[in-house]
Parts: sequence; C-alpha cells; structure tokens
Amino acid sequence: MSGLIDDLLAGKHRALARVISNIEDRRPGYRELVSELHQHTGSADVIGVTGSPGSGKSTLVDKMAATYRERGLTVGIIAIDPSSPFTGGAILGDRIRMGSNIGDMDVFVRSMSARGSLGGLSTATTDAVKALDAFGKDKIIIETVGAGQNEIDIVKTADTVMVLVPPGSGDDVQMLKAGILEIGDIFVVNKADRKGANRTVQQLREMLEYNRGGIPESGGHHGAGAMEQVDGLQLEAETETDRWRAEIVETVAKTGEGVDELLDVLESHASHIERSGEREEHVRARYAEEIRTLVREDVNELLAEELTVRGGMDAYVEAVVERETDPYAVSDELIEPLAECVRTQRESREQQ
Amino acid sequence: MSADQEQRTIRCLVAKVGLDGHDRGAHVISRAFRDAGFEVIYSGLHRAPEEIVQATVQEDVDVLGISILSGAHDTLVPDIIEGLKSYDAFDDTLVLVGGIIPDDDEAELKELGVAEVFGPGASMEQMIAYVRENVPERE
Repeated sequence: MSGLIDDLLAGKHRALARVISNIEDRRPGYRELVSELHQHTGSADVIGVTGSPGSGKSTLVDKMAATYRERGLTVGIIAIDPSSPFTGGAILGDRIRMGSNIGDMDVFVRSMSARGSLGGLSTATTDAVKALDAFGKDKIIIETVGAGQNEIDIVKTADTVMVLVPPGSGDDVQMLKAGILEIGDIFVVNKADRKGANRTVQQLREMLEYNRGGIPESGGHHGAGAMEQVDGLQLEAETETDRWRAEIVETVAKTGEGVDELLDVLESHASHIERSGEREEHVRARYAEEIRTLVREDVNELLAEELTVRGGMDAYVEAVVERETDPYAVSDELIEPLAECVRTQRESREQQ
Repeated sequence: MSADQEQRTIRCLVAKVGLDGHDRGAHVISRAFRDAGFEVIYSGLHRAPEEIVQATVQEDVDVLGISILSGAHDTLVPDIIEGLKSYDAFDDTLVLVGGIIPDDDEAELKELGVAEVFGPGASMEQMIAYVRENVPERE
C-alpha cells in the first residue's frame, strides 16, 4: 500500500487517482494511507464553491482552473454531485462543463457522489483533499450544490468559501439566508451579462450589510452610476483590518470575464486569513471537527456491529413497539460495555 | 480497524468521442447504469481521445464505455488505448465500445484490448450483467 503513496508523492497521476478511490470505497488499509498522507499536507489553498443548481459552478471552476494554470499554478478539483438514495447510482456531469483544460494533467478533476451515510461524504472529501494536497497541488477547489447541511459542512472545510448567485431572481438571494450567507467569504454573481445582475448585486450587498448588523445605505447605490465604478463591487473598505468583509464579484463564466478579478480577490482573502491568524484558527477547528467526526463514526460502527451480534435492529424495534423497553434503555444497554471498559482503563491509568 | 465498511461502487465513464453528435444512446445507457447503482461520469459530446484518457485516469473508473456512431472507431479507439497505456491505466480498466461497428472491425478492436462491443439490439440487462461480471478486480 505504501508503494502507492510513494508513487503519489513522485507525481504519478494514476496513483493519486487510485488513492482517492481507496478513500472513497473505504477499502481495507485506507486509514493507513490517509495517515501517511497527513505528513505531506498543509501547503495547498482550499477553495469551496457552492451555489444553486444551474448557477454555473462547473463552468466557473473550469475557467478558474485555466486561469490558475496561466499563472503557473497546479489545480485539483473535487466535484460533488448527489446520488440516488434508492439505488446509490449517480450521474456525475460536472466534467461536461470542464473543457478548458484538455490534456493538461496538472488540472486534476475528480467527480465524487454523495454516497454512503451522513458524515461519510465530508470525511471522504477531507481525505481526498489531503491526497491532492500531498500530491502537491497549489489550489484545491471543492465544488458542490449548496442544497443541504451536508454540502454546507463540506464547503465549510475550505479556507475560502465562494457562493455563486445567479442573477435575476430575488428568491435565490432569499435562499441564502438559510445559513449560506454566513459562510460565504466571496459572493459571485455569475452570468453577470444577464438582465437583473445589477439588482442581484444590490440585494446581496444589502443583505450582507444587514448580516453584519449594519443598516444598508439607501439611495446612493441604486443609481445607474453605481455600477460604473471600477471597484464599485467591493464593499466599502473599512479601516478595521482584522475582519474580512465579504466581497461581491461579478463574472461571466462562459467567456471568462471577471475570472482574473475573482482570483485576485481570492488571493487577497488568502493573505488576509494568513495575516490575521484566521487560517491557523481555522485549521485547528477543522482538525477538531475531523477528530470528532471520526470518533463518532468509529464508535457508531463498533456499536452497529454489536447491535447485529445481539440480534439486530429489528428485534430491538419490536421490543420497543411492544413497550418492553425504550430507545434510551436500548442505547444504554449497547453502550454499557464500552463505557465500562473506557472507565476501567482510565481509573487504572490514574492509579499509576 | 476492521469495523470499516467497504463501500465498493462500480464507476463508469460513458464517453462520446470525435465528431459524432448522436448522444441519445449514451444518455439512455448512462441512465440505465445509474439505475443499476453505478456511478456514471458522462463526458459530454465531441470529446478528443486525450480528453477521454485524462478523464479515465483521473476518475479511476472501472469501466470505460466508448460510444461511436461516426465510423471513426478505427482511429479513435486505438488512440484512447495507447493513451491509457501511457498512464498505466489500461490493464485494470474494462474498455467497452458501443455503436455501429462492422464485424471485421470488431475483431480488430478486440485484438487491441477492447473487452466487448455492443451493437444495435444489445439490451441494457445484457450490458449491466456483463459489466458486473467482468469489472476488474482491484486491491
């Protein structure tokens, strides 16, 4: 297995692809793989991209990758699509929109589906990011539909979070209230050549102001001239430098318009979090979350095994339905041996 | 730890290559594969062989299904297979071709390393069963 890691570190694309497969499939030995990878990570910038279906995420990510390549940087992309809850099957179509980097292996695109249980996807994504990081990618982009808590959790693991907002419908901006507004570092009004883009920028700006507890300025910005300022899209520069103020960028992903500016804003966010110490803080919070998730999943699996051995879920459910026991008692019963063991070990450690 | 549950899912790339705009079949097959519980990556139309190679390598698919109705299979398929070999990705990928392929060409393609050719009249059940039986073992 560690031969695979050697190949990955040596820059073999096939090895990188296989490592990610092992992570996704949770093949035996994948934990050791990820453990080994960990030593080699920590140098990539991770960018999370989310937005409603059809907002142009894949197209924009494709153009971002091409622009990064022009700047001499290497890129890894993880594109996540939903899978059928019934068959587990999925059609992963993000690659269709990614045609700017043909034959350029330094743009590594990997499609993943939301397979498995809750929490499983974010673990697999975090681990896949580690593989790309260890491989030496400068920029790693995670792209996912912002449709639920699961996706939001994934995107939150990124250093910088980009939220795409298509112009022309107030409802989309409304949707942002549900948690997404808070996580966005950069808001991208894509398809900015469409009617209603200005209005969407305006609505966004107002909502961001409210979100900060401020009162949006009325009047001035609504004028036709407001959009003509070159950097009129940046929110008013504040003198306080310790907090990032979410920026709004307009792009037309199809033609690549605004992508250069977007990358510059991403760069300034990256240097902001470096300077302010937020990156460090974020990294620590991320590892804490990773440990929590792993512990939860591992205990969960251990006890699921135990549950099967003790006659399976159905028997317990039957007993609960018959009022012979209740869910709390079942949980207590299952966890008792584990709790007992942990306690005994702790006590014996303390006595030493 | 042994408690880890392995979640093996068959991954397929359905690829349209070359100047061929007939994608109905590729769509139908993608849907059928999805409903069979496979993860399907669809390439989109008019892809170059090197693009298909790139996607196959990066996505680490078990199955590469190439759909060609343009008659250019004799040039496009060898290009793809050569590309896969250059990335050590040929041996453990099941390469299938679907479309209108004359018998003589079919023999040639199989000699090159194409596992099976599915022509008009092949049923979904048949293809799905074939994939399940022949998906390469990996460690």
